[in-house]
Amino acid sequence: MSDAINKNNGFEPRIVAFFCNWCTYTAADLAGPARMQYAANVRVVRVMCSGRIDAQFIVKAFREGADGVLIGGCHPGDCHYQEGNYKALRRMTLLKRYMTSMGIEPERLRMEWIAASEGDKVQKVINQMTEQVRQLGPLHLEPMNVTEMHEHVAKENVTVVQGGTP
Amino acid sequence: MSTVDKNPNGAPKIGVYICHCGINIAHTVDVKSTVEFAARLPHVTVSKEYKFMCSDPGQELIQEDLRSGKIDRVVVASCSPLMHEPTFRRAMAAAGANPFLFQMANIREHVSWVTNDKAAATQKATALIAAAVERVAWHRPLEQSKVPVNPNVLVVGGGIAGIHAALTLADSGRKVFLVEREPTIGGHMAQFDKTFPTLDCSACILTPKMSSVRAHPNITLWTYSEVDNVEGYVGNFKVKVRRKPRYVIEDQCVGCLDCIEACIFKKGKTPDEFNVGLSNRKPIYVPFPQATPLVAVIDPEDCAHFRTGKCKKTCAEVCQREAIDFEQTAQIKEIEVGAIILATGYRVFDASRISRYGYGKYPNVYSSLEIERLVNAAGPTGGEIVMRDGKKPKAVGVVHCVGSRDNKTNKYCSKVCCMYSLKLAHLVKERTGAEVYNFYIDMRTPGKGYEEFYEKLLKEDVHFVRGRVAEVTDWAMTPEEEGHLIIRAEDTLIGSVRRIPVDMVILSVGLEPQTDHEDVRRMFNISCSHEGWFLERHPKLAPVSTFTDGVFLAGACQGPKDIPDSVAQAGAAAAEALALVDKGYVQLEPNTAFVQAELCSGCHTCINLCPYSAVNFIEEKHVAEVNGAMCKGCGTCVAACPSGALQQNLFTDEQIFHEIEGVINYV
Amino acid sequence: MSYMYYPGCSLKGTGRAYEESMLAVFNAMNIPMKEIDDWNCCGATAYMSVSELKAFALSARNFALAEQQSGDDSSADMVVPCAACYLGLNKAMRYLREYKTLSNTVSRALAAGGLTYKGKTRVRHPLDVLVNDIGTDKISELVVRPLKGLKVACYYGCQLVRPFADFDDQHDPSTMNRIVKALGGETIDWPLKTRCCGGSLTGTIQDVGLRLSYILLNEAKKRGADVIITACPLCQFNLECYQPQIGKRFGNGSEIPVVYFTQLMGIAFGLEQRKLGMNRLFVRLQPSNELREVAGGQHVHS
Repeated sequence: MSDAINKNNGFEPRIVAFFCNWCTYTAADLAGPARMQYAANVRVVRVMCSGRIDAQFIVKAFREGADGVLIGGCHPGDCHYQEGNYKALRRMTLLKRYMTSMGIEPERLRMEWIAASEGDKVQKVINQMTEQVRQLGPLHLEPMNVTEMHEHVAKENVTVVQGGTP
Repeated sequence: MSTVDKNPNGAPKIGVYICHCGINIAHTVDVKSTVEFAARLPHVTVSKEYKFMCSDPGQELIQEDLRSGKIDRVVVASCSPLMHEPTFRRAMAAAGANPFLFQMANIREHVSWVTNDKAAATQKATALIAAAVERVAWHRPLEQSKVPVNPNVLVVGGGIAGIHAALTLADSGRKVFLVEREPTIGGHMAQFDKTFPTLDCSACILTPKMSSVRAHPNITLWTYSEVDNVEGYVGNFKVKVRRKPRYVIEDQCVGCLDCIEACIFKKGKTPDEFNVGLSNRKPIYVPFPQATPLVAVIDPEDCAHFRTGKCKKTCAEVCQREAIDFEQTAQIKEIEVGAIILATGYRVFDASRISRYGYGKYPNVYSSLEIERLVNAAGPTGGEIVMRDGKKPKAVGVVHCVGSRDNKTNKYCSKVCCMYSLKLAHLVKERTGAEVYNFYIDMRTPGKGYEEFYEKLLKEDVHFVRGRVAEVTDWAMTPEEEGHLIIRAEDTLIGSVRRIPVDMVILSVGLEPQTDHEDVRRMFNISCSHEGWFLERHPKLAPVSTFTDGVFLAGACQGPKDIPDSVAQAGAAAAEALALVDKGYVQLEPNTAFVQAELCSGCHTCINLCPYSAVNFIEEKHVAEVNGAMCKGCGTCVAACPSGALQQNLFTDEQIFHEIEGVINYV
Repeated sequence: MSYMYYPGCSLKGTGRAYEESMLAVFNAMNIPMKEIDDWNCCGATAYMSVSELKAFALSARNFALAEQQSGDDSSADMVVPCAACYLGLNKAMRYLREYKTLSNTVSRALAAGGLTYKGKTRVRHPLDVLVNDIGTDKISELVVRPLKGLKVACYYGCQLVRPFADFDDQHDPSTMNRIVKALGGETIDWPLKTRCCGGSLTGTIQDVGLRLSYILLNEAKKRGADVIITACPLCQFNLECYQPQIGKRFGNGSEIPVVYFTQLMGIAFGLEQRKLGMNRLFVRLQPSNELREVAGGQHVHS
């Protein structure tokens, strides 16, 4: 981290966010013109649907040094693609179990439903999450844990999604 | 202005262009240092900044570098891709490059506008730029597929906005389906007496348009009908419309109204919806004499035949056209259209929600919509302003902002109330000679001829009290107040509380979204604002478009609007729909999924996940295959594929992995 | 679960009849309730305007005690009959929930006294409990002397429903009216349900205070009320005790009884007069109207 964020000598977490194009990314776009100020710690990766978020993206983010991962999708029933957000939720629920066994606090992964009109919720969630991860402190991963987790996720992916539509 | 050129050996060659957006970005982000940062990133051969990248000279910067061969891929760091991605893709295509070798970094909406701290903003911007550079290196040239567009258009809602949009489209030769859930088109405008500020008769300007709709060869009008289901996508929507049974065969009925006369109910017993309950109607009725279509409808809730089965069916007996059909059932019509215009309108605020104004408690407290009917020559009293107790009012209070500009109900200004309150004040004064008091917070009269109308009212000796009304009460403090309703308000211009006794109170109710806005929004796959108004794609630059291509908005379903605004927006929506269907085809975003057959293990995981049945299993090859025409590009199957055989164009694993590395590793 | 009873100073002083009748009614209805041990001042409106922080700390101590003594891990419903306490405690509760800095400071103050407040207490008014938890059906069941023909003016006062109460409409409340109906009585329709009774002005600027009380008494009588019922010790005190002075000053001197809604409930339930604190009233229940029958033909003495 550069000095820019570290100037208060405190720990500034790095958080990677995956936002769906239709609801949460749009909501974040809405927060802009409204000049809703929020913590600069979160960097957004846009996907078309939260259903695209592979558990490996999250593992990758943690491995690369992220201290937290935030997932944003449409509210239940509002998915632009009918039910991608449900699929995402199932994956996240399962992934959290693995995270715990790998020594990553489940609070480092957060999933939120944020509708296109909820710019204020983007602001609130990002600020809360930043504060929460700041209190958890930096994530230190043993390299072995990560590799193991990667393998788990790759293997278990099948189980996560089998069962098809809810 | 700093420009860094590099000449590496070998591809890819990435050009990074960082936009100042005037000062929108440059005010918070140190653009110069980001340019220098970007120049040091791998494969970046050009790194430049410019005041407005979206302007012609800005685009030319990119095009020049592409043409000269300095770059073959582009990153623009500026606003949201939802805003200008199409602009820059077009610019690349015009310079002969593949438009998908492009990535945007959103450093305005996601950075400069939401971050106070300059250092933090600059750091976040560099992270996003690094991510875009990392990602674009993995982009591949893609082709967009063209899909033909069905030329027909569906308009939902037959108020003035829907009517105007339908007529505009039909006049240009398009086939239009106009669906209205009430038995007649006309909407709220049909209920009004006069329109502000010109005071021309609402019916006189509306009914000719209603007749035109009915007569237009290009319009299929389905009243008493609702959209049941919408499938498909821009250019190719499949819509199911449910035609509710009106128990009168539309093609047979000539609108003679003999059936209504013949009904065994000598007098109506059901509150008349069109007259806002100020009069009653019979179980068989037409909403009003100019209803379009002029076809009777039977309300099975009230009809003796449906309730008891023991009616003489005098209505059917008297009908010479044998139009009455008690056995009628709902019909589902399936249509295909290329574009949809939503013009589903609004509802008025329920004044009983503010108990201190006494609506529903004191009979002489009216909502403004009730007064519209009361002053209407075709209304329940023939235009005579008499109160529920049969008396003529000698003093009338008009309370503005009921359900508007109020933290407890609706925060927004309903925009039309000041003007219609002035109009009603004028009409009441003109018809009754009563003293009329307007209680307002601020007088909001922007619009052509609107302020002049207010001036006119001031000269007509209508009283204006500046202050939000605290309460309407029948508690008399003095003998003079006995028997009156007392309006209590702080007059903020003279700085004291006033009690003004009146006979009649008009509550100028605000506009609210329709109660079923959530259902409608889901059906058409669009978004709503907090309040429930349908969300436009961009408040300024795409005010009638939605986030779903091919679905447009007209009228007050998007937010409170008066008639001129609704008509203007309906025209705009019609033009947008025309631009879409007249082009004849749409180019689809090439973000579909595809299977790398050599990696597919044939596990079937993806097959059931697709909500569009776009993934099929090819038995003979024992692999999955994506039907590109049916794939909508969500990527859910891709995320689930255990072998990585499924990938999504524009969102491949590699591209996203590198974007993740970019946001983390370079800062 | 037992309700945690918070009396506040009034119910142990001028409002003793309120406490007596409420406890009698709750007892008759088998509503479990215990008084919070070692409760203190609610923080009071007057104190609030001098030092908000100290007022909030006082409120929070009561919340912490209620939480601690409720014996329920999930929540503690604190029953607060006095309208002023109800308002002050409600305000404190909302502020503590909304303002983190404030709640941190207050927590430190509580910690100094060995207490913690986890935020599980809910401030409830007996009207809310009776109508929304117990229900008017249960009330009807217990009526042995229906208040037939009795015209009641339900007076809620300014503090009970505004601005925090969410159990009733803030301008046109109806819980008390529903209780009277369940007791078999009639309520008069009047728009002054939540208008100020004069409050502490009656003691400080008497001209204003008495005039405000007069408006209420006069309007209730004009609209045919036989009795005014209240849910606030100060309202009851102002409206009842000053009637002779008000009569002298403004004319129209006929008396009207002003009782707590719990007293009226007790009468309809056939409870013993003395247990309802009827003996503490200054204006006796009018012998000329139906109340006499209702009250079992007894005169109630001041």
